[in-house]
Amino acid sequence: MARRQLTTTSRDNPGLKAWFGQGTPWVWLSGGAVAISMVMVIGLILLIAVRGLAHFWPAAVVEFDYVATPGAEPVRIIGEVNRSETMTAQAMREAGFDVPEGQTLVSRHLIKQGNRDVTGRDFVWYLEDGMGEWRYPTEVVQIERLQWGDFFGFVRSYLVDGIAVAQGPEARAQFEEKLRETGALVEQIGRIERFDIGNVNFRMERLRLRQRGLELTVDLDPSTRAQIEAELEAEQMLLEDEYEELEAQRRGLRDEVGRFAITVETMEGRMINIGLADIVHAWWPNDMSFGAKLAHYGGEFWKFVSGFPREANTEGGILPAIFGTVLMVLIMSVVVTPFGVLAAIYLREYAKQGPLVRTIRISVNNLAGVPSIVFGVFGLGFFVYFLGGTIDQTFYAEALPSPTFGSSAIIWASLTLALLTLPVVIVSTEEGLARIPSSIREGSLALGATKAETLWRTVVPLAAPGMMTGLILAVARAAGEVAPLMLVGVVKLAPSLPVDGNFPYLHLDRAFMHLGFHIFDVGFQSPNVEAGRPLVYATALILVLIIIVLNLTAITIRNHLREKYKSESD
Amino acid sequence: MTERNEPITRGMSRGALPESGGERLKLSRQQPCIEVDKLNLFYGSAQALKNISLTIPEKRVTAFIGPSGCGKSTLLRCCNRMNDLIDTCRIEGEIRLDGQNIYAPAIDVAELRRKVGMVFQKPNPFPKTIYENVAYGLRIQGVKDRRVLDEVVEKSLRRAALWDEVKDRLDANAFSLSGGQQQRLVIARAIAIEPEVILLDEPASALDPISTAKIEELIFELKEEFTIVIVTHNMQQAARVSDFTAYLYLGELVEYDDTVTIFTNPKQQATEDYITGRYG
Repeated sequence: MARRQLTTTSRDNPGLKAWFGQGTPWVWLSGGAVAISMVMVIGLILLIAVRGLAHFWPAAVVEFDYVATPGAEPVRIIGEVNRSETMTAQAMREAGFDVPEGQTLVSRHLIKQGNRDVTGRDFVWYLEDGMGEWRYPTEVVQIERLQWGDFFGFVRSYLVDGIAVAQGPEARAQFEEKLRETGALVEQIGRIERFDIGNVNFRMERLRLRQRGLELTVDLDPSTRAQIEAELEAEQMLLEDEYEELEAQRRGLRDEVGRFAITVETMEGRMINIGLADIVHAWWPNDMSFGAKLAHYGGEFWKFVSGFPREANTEGGILPAIFGTVLMVLIMSVVVTPFGVLAAIYLREYAKQGPLVRTIRISVNNLAGVPSIVFGVFGLGFFVYFLGGTIDQTFYAEALPSPTFGSSAIIWASLTLALLTLPVVIVSTEEGLARIPSSIREGSLALGATKAETLWRTVVPLAAPGMMTGLILAVARAAGEVAPLMLVGVVKLAPSLPVDGNFPYLHLDRAFMHLGFHIFDVGFQSPNVEAGRPLVYATALILVLIIIVLNLTAITIRNHLREKYKSESD
Repeated sequence: MTERNEPITRGMSRGALPESGGERLKLSRQQPCIEVDKLNLFYGSAQALKNISLTIPEKRVTAFIGPSGCGKSTLLRCCNRMNDLIDTCRIEGEIRLDGQNIYAPAIDVAELRRKVGMVFQKPNPFPKTIYENVAYGLRIQGVKDRRVLDEVVEKSLRRAALWDEVKDRLDANAFSLSGGQQQRLVIARAIAIEPEVILLDEPASALDPISTAKIEELIFELKEEFTIVIVTHNMQQAARVSDFTAYLYLGELVEYDDTVTIFTNPKQQATEDYITGRYG
C-alpha cells in the first residue's frame, strides 16, 4: 500500500521538476524528432511522386477566347492548363502586362499550347481577366510528334499520297486506324536506325581501326600486307552491302509511312499537314473514358521508362539513364566490395595495432568526408587522363588521336565512385569483424585451424552482414552521386548503351547516361524549362525507386545472411 | 524424466571422489603426458605464472584449482599456446608434450592444437549446423569424403553423449541446442579430431546442475581415451572428477598431488585453508 501511495503522490503533484524527472520531455522530444523526419521523408516522396506521375495523365484541353488588352480582337487559345498562380498587380505591370488601375491581385494560368513549330512558344501565361468562358471541345486532338513537341488542334482531313480521302469525323476514324499500323512501322524504323545500322557502323569503325593499325605496322613483308589489305577490303565491301541493304529497307519503310498524312487546324485557324511518320501517338483528351485515360497513362509511363530520349531529353524516355545508373552501381559494387573487405580484414586482423594503423583508420574515415567533386577531379586526372591515356597509347594506338579509354567512360565513373564509397565499406566491415566474439575465433583456433582458416571459415561469414551494411550504404551513396560523374563518365546523350550485341558485349569504355545527371540536365540545362519540369520529378521518382530497389535487394540478402549465421548474441 | 536422469545419478555416484576407496593413485607412478618445466609467464611486465613445474599424467584427469586470478586458466592455455593470441604475453621455461618442447621455434601451432584440444567456459559453437560444427576440425584438415565425415560425426557425438538427442536434427543450427547440449557439442567437436589431451576451462561454470552432472560424467568416460586437464572454481567438482589436483595461488603452484591427498590430507596449510573454505 505504501508503494501505491508514493506513485499517486508524484502524480498528484505534477510540478515541472517532477515532469522533467520522469523523463517525459525526452520521450516527447525524441518522438517529435522521429515524427518530423518521417513527415519530411514522406513529404518529399509524395511531392516527387505526385508531380512526376501527374505528367502522364491525359489532362483536359481547354479552349477559350482571350482578350490581351481591353478592346482588342479576341484570340482563340487551345491548350492544357499547366499551372495557375495569383500575383500582385504591381509585379504583373512590371512584367509588361496591361493590368487596369485599382486592381491589386491578378490570377494567371500557364497554358501548354504546344505547336512549337507554328507559334514558337509552347508554354504561355494568360491573365484570367482576359479569358472568356472555358470550353472543352471533344474533337480537339493532342498529337505527340517526333519533332517539335506536342500538337494541339483539330483533325480536318486525312491524306493518302497527298490527296485528301476523308474529311471531318471520317478523317479522324481513318487516321486513328492507320496510325496503329504506321506506329508499328515507325518503331521498326527506329529499331533499324538505332540497333541494326548502329551495329554496322560499329563494325565499320572497328574495320577502319584495323586498317589504320595495319598502316601503323611497319615491319610487315609486302605480300602479307597485301593479303591482309585484300581481306579487310573484302570485309568492308560486305559491310557496305549490308549497310546499303538496311538503308534500302529503311527507305522503303519511310516511303510507305510517308504516303499518309493528316491536315490539322491550329488554334489560329491555320491548316498544316503532319505526316504519320512524325507521329508517335495521338489522342482526343476531352473525348476519353476513364478507362481509356488509364490505358493512355500506363502506356505513356511505360514509354517514359522504356524509351530513348528525344528533343534534347525533354521528350521520350529515360531508359539509357536507368540502364547507365544501374550498371554503374553494379560495377562499382563489384569493385568496392572485395577491396573494402580485404582492406578491413587486414586492418582489423593482421595489422599490428599501433599509431600507424590508427592514423590509417582516421585517414580512411576522413576520406568519407571529402567532397565528392574532389574525387571527380582525382578520377579525371588519374583514371581518365593517366590510366585511360596509357591504355590508349598501349592498346588503342590506331584509334588515336580520338580516345578510347582516355575520355568519359563507365569504368572510370564506377572506379571513382568505388573510391568514394570505399571508406564506408571498410568501416562497416571492420565493425562487423569487431562484433565477432573472440570465443568463436578461439574455438576455431583450438581445433587446429590457422588464423587464415579461422578467418575464411568462421569470422568472415559471420561478418558478412556487416559487409552488406557497408555495401548498402555505398550503393545508396553512389546511386545518388552526380558531381564526380560529370567529370569522369556521364554525358547528356549517349549514342549507345554500354551493353549491346557486339563483342565484347560490355563496353566499359563508353560514356553513359545517369538519372541524377539527367535531372540536372533536363531541369536546368534544357532550353525548354517548362516542358522539362514534370520530367525532372518523374526522373527523380525513378531514381529514388531504383535506389530503394537496390537497397531492398541488399537488405534482403543481409537479412538472409543474418538468419543463416544467427547466433545467441544477436 | 527418470530415463534422462538415470545416467546423471550414475555419474554422480561414480564421480564422487573417484577410486578413493581402492588403491590410491600415486603421481610418481604415472606415465607423464605434459611436463611443465620452470614456466614463467608475463603479461607485459606483470608476472602471471611464477616458476611452475608439474607433470600431467596420461589418461588421467588433472584439475587446477585456486582463487580467481591465480593463473590456473593461464597455465591451462599455455598447454596449447592459446596465450600466443595475446600480444603482450611472454613465456620463459618449457612445456613438453610427449617429451617435445611445444614452445620450440619449429613447432607448428595448428598441429599442436590438433593434439591438445580445448573447451571453453562458455559454450562457443560456430553458427553452423550441428553436423558442420563437429565436422569443422576435419574439414580444416581437408577431409571431404562424406562417408568419413558422417562416421566421425556420429562417433564423436556418441562419445560426447549427445547423439541420441540430436541424431534427428543434425542440420539444425547449433544455437538451437540448450547450453548444456552446446557444451557437449563443443566437446564432441574437440574429440572429433582425436586429440591426445583435452583442456577444459571451467567447462560447467555456465551450466545448470543437471547439465553439469552430464559433463562430469562425460569427463569420467573420456579419460579412458584422453588426457584431461580441467580448470574449475568448484572444489566439489574437482573432488568428484579429478585424479590429481594442483592448487595455484597468485601465480605459484602451492601444492600438487593426487586428489584424495589434496582434499583429505594436504601438506600445505594454504591448501587446507582454501579447500576448507577459510580462504576465498
